[in-house]
Amino acid sequence: MARVAIENETCKGCGICISVCPVKIIKISNTKTNKAGYLIAEVIEDKCIGCCSCAIMCPDSAISIFKE
Amino acid sequence: MEILYKKSKMLTDTPLSYCPGCTHGIVHKLIAETLEEIGAEGNVIGIAPVGCSVFAYKFFNCDMQQVAHGRAPACATGIKRCNPDKIVFAYQGDGDIASIGTAEIIHAAARGENITVVFINNAIYGMTGGQMAPTTLPGQKTTTSPYGRIVGVNGNPIRLSEMIATLDGPCFVSRVSVTDPVNVRKAKKAIKKGFENQVNKKGFSLIEVLSNCPTNWHMSPVQSLDFVKNEMTKTFPLGVFKDC
Amino acid sequence: MKQLMKGNEAIAEAAVRGGCRAFFGYPITPQNEIPEYMSFRMSEVGGVFLQAESEIAAINMVYGAAGSGARAMTSSSSPGISLKQEGISYICGADLPCVIVNMVRGGPGLGGILPAQSDYFQAVKGGGHGDYHMLVYGPSTVQEAVNIMYNAFDKADKYRLPVMLLGDGMLGQIMEAVELPEMKDINSFPKKKWATDGSGIGAERRVINSLFIDPDSLEKQNYNLFSKYELLKRDETQYEEYMIEDAEYILVAYGTVARVCRSAVDILRGRGIKAGLFRPITLFPYPTDRLFKIADKEELKFFISVELSMGQMIEDLKLAVNGKKKVNFFGKVGGNVMSPEDIVDNLISKIEEN
Repeated sequence: MARVAIENETCKGCGICISVCPVKIIKISNTKTNKAGYLIAEVIEDKCIGCCSCAIMCPDSAISIFKE
Repeated sequence: MEILYKKSKMLTDTPLSYCPGCTHGIVHKLIAETLEEIGAEGNVIGIAPVGCSVFAYKFFNCDMQQVAHGRAPACATGIKRCNPDKIVFAYQGDGDIASIGTAEIIHAAARGENITVVFINNAIYGMTGGQMAPTTLPGQKTTTSPYGRIVGVNGNPIRLSEMIATLDGPCFVSRVSVTDPVNVRKAKKAIKKGFENQVNKKGFSLIEVLSNCPTNWHMSPVQSLDFVKNEMTKTFPLGVFKDC
Repeated sequence: MKQLMKGNEAIAEAAVRGGCRAFFGYPITPQNEIPEYMSFRMSEVGGVFLQAESEIAAINMVYGAAGSGARAMTSSSSPGISLKQEGISYICGADLPCVIVNMVRGGPGLGGILPAQSDYFQAVKGGGHGDYHMLVYGPSTVQEAVNIMYNAFDKADKYRLPVMLLGDGMLGQIMEAVELPEMKDINSFPKKKWATDGSGIGAERRVINSLFIDPDSLEKQNYNLFSKYELLKRDETQYEEYMIEDAEYILVAYGTVARVCRSAVDILRGRGIKAGLFRPITLFPYPTDRLFKIADKEELKFFISVELSMGQMIEDLKLAVNGKKKVNFFGKVGGNVMSPEDIVDNLISKIEEN
């Protein structure tokens, strides 16, 4: 079982992670902003397959992937 | 718990100054991961250019020099000649390398300087607000080509990698992109090869990375990646132009 | 033991003996003997020599090498030094030590290849963009140039700024007997903890940089630079006085022109005219305080600034004298050099005018 961890303060809400996630479990929050004022990406479903596409594409290195 | 992916320790904790979705950040990661993988930690001197990546000296966890616009290959030459066993890399944008610094990059390549140059081509001057670059595509609108780049007036885009590959000095010249995970992996491979060549004292490597500028292209980050994939590659085809 | 050497070659050898181990240059007359000499000498001492693709590249190679801790230098002549100004500004902004030789030729533009002092402003007032100075020497003999060059890297390292040796075509091309100093032990030089030698990581990493986006930081950097210049004024100002004691007329000249002036003083004294010579050796810092004091001498009637320019150093001289005495000017340009008799005639005509 893999898990996506997004560092809220580093995320700039660019949405690239969303576009590359094959299981579509990330979305940009409608309400949650960080200190910089960005609406941030959040994981909405617990079915990460650990492909790391989102992490590889995240320009700000805000995403870590773990396998439990 | 196994870590499948985490930020490279060759990047500092300083938040990147780039706009949301700017692929400078992806390329920074690839360089940092490469430096870590080849065991270059504590043995690297990087060079930050002038342009959006001027602040790169804050982001790479190694000794860094910030240098005048276009002069990174000359600076890298000075460093490398005096420190032949250190890993020296220059990070340059399109205006830096293909306009104001054409002499420096061509001669560093011709000399076969044992350095690695990573060239970020996003077809625009980002830092200064979106002016026409030497690599702006024909027809592409910028703040100084408001009617689109008119070749008869503004000249043609420069394909630097192809030019450099005609020289005898370089050992590896490649153009890659970072539009999707598959291409990022290929880009990583090319960058790694560029650094391994340096470790093996094989000489000059240039890796051109097609990049985006969502802000000055007036596109969303995802749209801008599609533009790189579908439009930029027509003028700047991906590939290996020299490998020896 | 003294040996006969051409100015440019003697200066190059003095640089090697003073610890220079990296030279980057581009050909331009009248300084070509320096890179030519360095091209074999650097390989003999295990240093780096590289003929760059341009003066711009050469100075940026110096930037990189100096930033990584090397004792690096470049040499050029007027049009080439103009091209290097961007890099010199960055070097000053980033607090890097290096040595730059300018064998001045006449200008503006491509000008000529004969001696001139028309780059004085460029050398002492900054030259490139921003508020900065270099430590600038104007030696008048090959021996003096050798002595200055021998210690130039020590000074550059001490203050972390460029040292410029401002010569002219005559100094570079003349052959004179010189005594060369011993080779310095390069292992004896102080370690440069600030240099990007590649070992930095984490909190230990070093950055060479002249960018300070935050206005308070940039202001602080400007103040840092100028506090160094105060130290230079206090500790590095050098000049020479000849027959100043009872002088009624003082010639002020630097570099090779000062030699001509010295002969003129001897001729004038022979004719009973009380002339003297004041020779600034450092052009930045200029010996302002000393000249201010000399201007108080009651018997002193006027100064003449003698230069191979249309009048550049005279501005610093006037600032130093601060209106206390009249400051006249005598100059030759275009590569023409005045004879001692020219100076004598000029001084006598000035006495008659007054």
